[in-house]
Amino acid sequence: MITATPTQHEPKNYINSDYGIKSWLLTQDHKRIAILYLIVVTAFFFLGGLFAVLIRIELATPAGDLVDSNVYNKLFTMHGIIMVFFFLIPSIPAILGNFLIPLMIGAKDLAFPKINLLSWYIYVAGGVFTLYALMRGGVDTGWTFYTPFSTSYSNSYVIATGLGIFINGFSAILTGLNFIVTIHRMRAPGMTWFRLPLFVWAHYATSMIQVLGTPVIAVTLLLLILERGLHIGIFDPALGGDPVLYQHLFWFYSHPAVYIMILPAMGVVSEIISCFCKKAPFGYSFIAFSSIAIAVFGFLVWGHHLFVSSQSVYAGMVFSMLSYLVAIPSAIKVFNWTSTMYKASVEMSTPMLYAIGFIGLFTIGGLTGLFVAALGIDVHVTDTYFVVAHFHYIMVGGAIMGFLGGIHFWWPKITGRMYADTWSKLSAIIIFVGFNLTFFPQFILGYLGMPRRYHVYPPEFQVFNVLSSAGASILGFGYLLPFCYLLYSLKFGPKAPANPWGAVGLEWQTSSPPISENFEVTPVVTQDAYQYSTREEVKVG
Amino acid sequence: MASHAVTDLRHHFENHDQQKDASTLGMWIFLVTEIMFFGGLFLAYIAYRTAYPDAFGAASNTLNIPLGAVNTAVLICSSLTMAMAVHSAAIGKNKLLITFLIATLVLGGVFLGVKAYEYHDKFVEHHVPGPNFDFKSEDAKHPVDPHNASLYFALYFAMTGLHASHMIIGAVIIVVLIRMAAKNRFTPEWHTPIELFGLYWHFVDIVWIFLFPLLYLIDPKNK
Ligand SMILES: [Cu+2]
Repeated sequence: MITATPTQHEPKNYINSDYGIKSWLLTQDHKRIAILYLIVVTAFFFLGGLFAVLIRIELATPAGDLVDSNVYNKLFTMHGIIMVFFFLIPSIPAILGNFLIPLMIGAKDLAFPKINLLSWYIYVAGGVFTLYALMRGGVDTGWTFYTPFSTSYSNSYVIATGLGIFINGFSAILTGLNFIVTIHRMRAPGMTWFRLPLFVWAHYATSMIQVLGTPVIAVTLLLLILERGLHIGIFDPALGGDPVLYQHLFWFYSHPAVYIMILPAMGVVSEIISCFCKKAPFGYSFIAFSSIAIAVFGFLVWGHHLFVSSQSVYAGMVFSMLSYLVAIPSAIKVFNWTSTMYKASVEMSTPMLYAIGFIGLFTIGGLTGLFVAALGIDVHVTDTYFVVAHFHYIMVGGAIMGFLGGIHFWWPKITGRMYADTWSKLSAIIIFVGFNLTFFPQFILGYLGMPRRYHVYPPEFQVFNVLSSAGASILGFGYLLPFCYLLYSLKFGPKAPANPWGAVGLEWQTSSPPISENFEVTPVVTQDAYQYSTREEVKVG
Repeated sequence: MASHAVTDLRHHFENHDQQKDASTLGMWIFLVTEIMFFGGLFLAYIAYRTAYPDAFGAASNTLNIPLGAVNTAVLICSSLTMAMAVHSAAIGKNKLLITFLIATLVLGGVFLGVKAYEYHDKFVEHHVPGPNFDFKSEDAKHPVDPHNASLYFALYFAMTGLHASHMIIGAVIIVVLIRMAAKNRFTPEWHTPIELFGLYWHFVDIVWIFLFPLLYLIDPKNK
């Protein structure tokens, strides 16, 4: 019933159950909606990457020879906006979470399939607004839209872009709402909270942030649009308003937003490491609760972005201390992953390479996060390349490594095809090397005092910038490789078995790709997750 | 009617209880997002009222407190009729359900009408922030900065405007619900949309319960 018997014609699954563009655009199947997200998110990734390429070419030489400062401002702004709001935030939740959460908990679908489809359309609508602004000339405020520059002085399409992000936010809210209700109400019989895969715990924590944080950025952008359009004075010091209030509201969302990006990646890494060590993760409940702790602490630290923005010293000290607290649950995860690998027979598959890469890069990103959370050091490195390097280690080294690891791990399940093993391992290594070559020199640049967001710089910084640009070209090549061999596998890859990695999650108990209803019969769960030692098959009907 | 209830079970749920629990939890989470959404505006209000108490007091004294009070009463009554509508659906009295939904709609309309009248007054008095804004302090000995008064009115329009837009969306949904009720779609077993909309309507009501004292009643001694 579970293992597909080799027959002449293909068994029914969610991909071949229906044909035609309409069957995709009007689908309510969470798996098909995940594919819709995958397509658009990938397009935004390469668009955002294109801006990064232009930035790195410009910075290869100290002089401003490719673009002038105005265009350069727009390049890094559009890069940031597209990567943060249209790639990183939806990437793992809306694609892998959407596809896997119902499968992992033994449900037929998310709780609200129509809302799930709606959230994709909202995401696309937000993207269209942003692309419109981009084509009209883009925005030059930085992705943070700091006032009063964005409201009074910037000569670019702030309102259209703001509206795009505002609209896009509702997509994240609805996805988070859908996940929370699904995890609460749609679990299969016997799937208790502490039998949930850690991927699901991570998404539960992520959804909490999306539901609590995103409305705040929505209202903040609404005020920003009102301020710019009607000049109501809320953020304008000339009318008694306070630009720093904007920063508080913005970072109240945008710091937790970092955890919207990294928590799902942590969930992916927990699954991969457990599978390729063939043992249960060390300290299951610690990893589960550390996700919740990160989500909760994440809401209490936004002030570390305002150390040099007229915030009081005492508030700064409190925010600094609270920021250090986030390191505890993060470190718990890192220690538990490494403990899981300790004395295990680790299988160095492609997903595992990404997972190990994640641990190393996230650790560097996290530790340098402590540098910038320290008041004294932050004053020195604020708005330098040190900060740029730090958050790229978290967002690119962490979130994108997790995303690629997850895509490689579940690709056979999603598409029913295997990809080329040598190519995928090679590209994982290329990406790791390219990433470090791109961003490690930026730590040094920042520490030496090179400010971010300038298109020209003193010649003594050139050697590190050339290293960084060289790394970026390797990294960009590394990203193109999976795009090619994964697409190739769709047509020419060997058919994937139901459980190619020998994993124990419920999603591996159904066929690859799964049938439209996910399982022939609603599964009954009789044991904890990650029972690699007993290896009893989980009963599926 | 039993067959009706069966067709309303969506394919991915095991039973009606699960479906209803899911919808209700979803609604509550949605209301939490609404609290966070309004929360940003309340924060801005608290920050500026603390910074400019005199200007905020003087500006708030230009509002029409009797009209605000009437609107508060109207909205509380509409919450009552909405609660009665939910109850009527639960005991299967469809005619009564329609009556109470219409009553809720009418009361919501009255609220919006009064609000529009108040907005009109503000417009005539040049109290709308913008190039035509003009604020003269009543207390000539202690004049307040008109810029700060403008901030008050900006927040006043943002907060009550956001609230009113929720009322308008609510009114549209009531019309849909009345049409569904007229087609006998609701049964004592299945009337989840009525229940969930009730939650929404009470939430919008509660927001106003906070807005009224914060915007209208902050400086009563100078009245
Ligand atoms: Cu932060």
